[in-house]
Amino acid sequence: MTEQRKAVALISGGLDSLLAAKVIQEQGIHVEGINFYTGFCVEGHTHAIRKKDQKKSKRNNALWVAEQLGIKLHIVDIVEEYKDIVFNPKHGYGANLNPCLDCKIFMVSKALEWIRKKDFDFIITGEVIGQRPMSQRKETMPVVSGESGAEDLLLRPLCGKNLPQTLPEREGWVERGGLYDFSGRSRKPQMALAAKFGFEDYAQPAGGCCFLTDAQYSVKLADLWRARGSKQYEMDDIMLLKVGRHLRPAPHYKVIIAREEGEGNFLQGYRKQFVSIKTISHAGPLALIDGEPTAADIELAARLVARYSQGRDADLVELEVMDREGTSYPLKVEPIKPHEIPQEWHI
Amino acid sequence: MSRVTLDARRLLCPMPVIRVQDKIATLAPGTVLEAICTDPGVMNDIPAWCRINGHKVIETRSDRAEYIVVIEVGE
Repeated sequence: MTEQRKAVALISGGLDSLLAAKVIQEQGIHVEGINFYTGFCVEGHTHAIRKKDQKKSKRNNALWVAEQLGIKLHIVDIVEEYKDIVFNPKHGYGANLNPCLDCKIFMVSKALEWIRKKDFDFIITGEVIGQRPMSQRKETMPVVSGESGAEDLLLRPLCGKNLPQTLPEREGWVERGGLYDFSGRSRKPQMALAAKFGFEDYAQPAGGCCFLTDAQYSVKLADLWRARGSKQYEMDDIMLLKVGRHLRPAPHYKVIIAREEGEGNFLQGYRKQFVSIKTISHAGPLALIDGEPTAADIELAARLVARYSQGRDADLVELEVMDREGTSYPLKVEPIKPHEIPQEWHI
Repeated sequence: MSRVTLDARRLLCPMPVIRVQDKIATLAPGTVLEAICTDPGVMNDIPAWCRINGHKVIETRSDRAEYIVVIEVGE
């Protein structure tokens, strides 16, 4: 009896990784999934935070894909290790702060570590030549397999016919004839294959699930690095960049103002880490001040918070300022006028 | 049957799932794990993770702003 070979599939939760894993399952290979959590796969977070999104489906697409395939899914926290990829991408950034090629190389190298530890035989990804302008080009395919160390243990079932033979093909574990030759940005071949396999409901995230591909998010991250004088972040930073209006009146501090109740509840959890401001005399948002504000800075921040409260047209709005130790004091300010807020304060 | 509690409050998905996964890796089959979370997404994600990895969800409930998932560890 021949030994059943085992492959681990990188599962992002999108259609390509779903199909790649299915193609290999169809060849009698035991497949398990691996999903890497970088901290930037925050699609579900805003749904969890914002009240208006709380009725939206909070399905984790990677788990959903694994369930469709009937495979185990291993979710791996790589938040700390991933920082070096974000700070110093050898192959540079894409259109925003997305280090896509370095990211792919890193994830494949982590998958290689995993298969060695778990005694699996090879790695599958849903990559397609020409699908993505930075990381999925004909020239980058050997870069990913080479620099990750995976070499010919990396099989891309959706475009394998356009690539050199891999070990699983040479050894006869996988038939090359059962692979595909997809290329380019068109999604039609994938959609046709999904229909053939009977998959009707699948995620099609534009730009993937990574917030580093988002222009607005990248601007906020770059601002954070500039303000701190170096490229660094913690998980709380990543989360807070997703929440509220961010205004930076001066280099040494910025104000994060909740846009709705859900965000206010979320920011509430950070009141011991930041100076916070809340309106008292009128309904209004909770705000945090990130940085080391002076008394004059706090007063200006309070005027901004008042501007976004129900008291925006009042002569004076009363607010409560709380420091990190929980000591609070009241403050009455005149709401700032829209023309007094320079556009460049908005991050 | 031993019972273990996991505090996954203030974590957003998928971190509570990862904490459950890592905790279960250290527990014997039959152990009951109670995960206390604040992200409502766990009500979908932890049961989904349990289904594909062979563990049984005994109970899910919400208590004010907390979401609790009780799991019996599988083989």
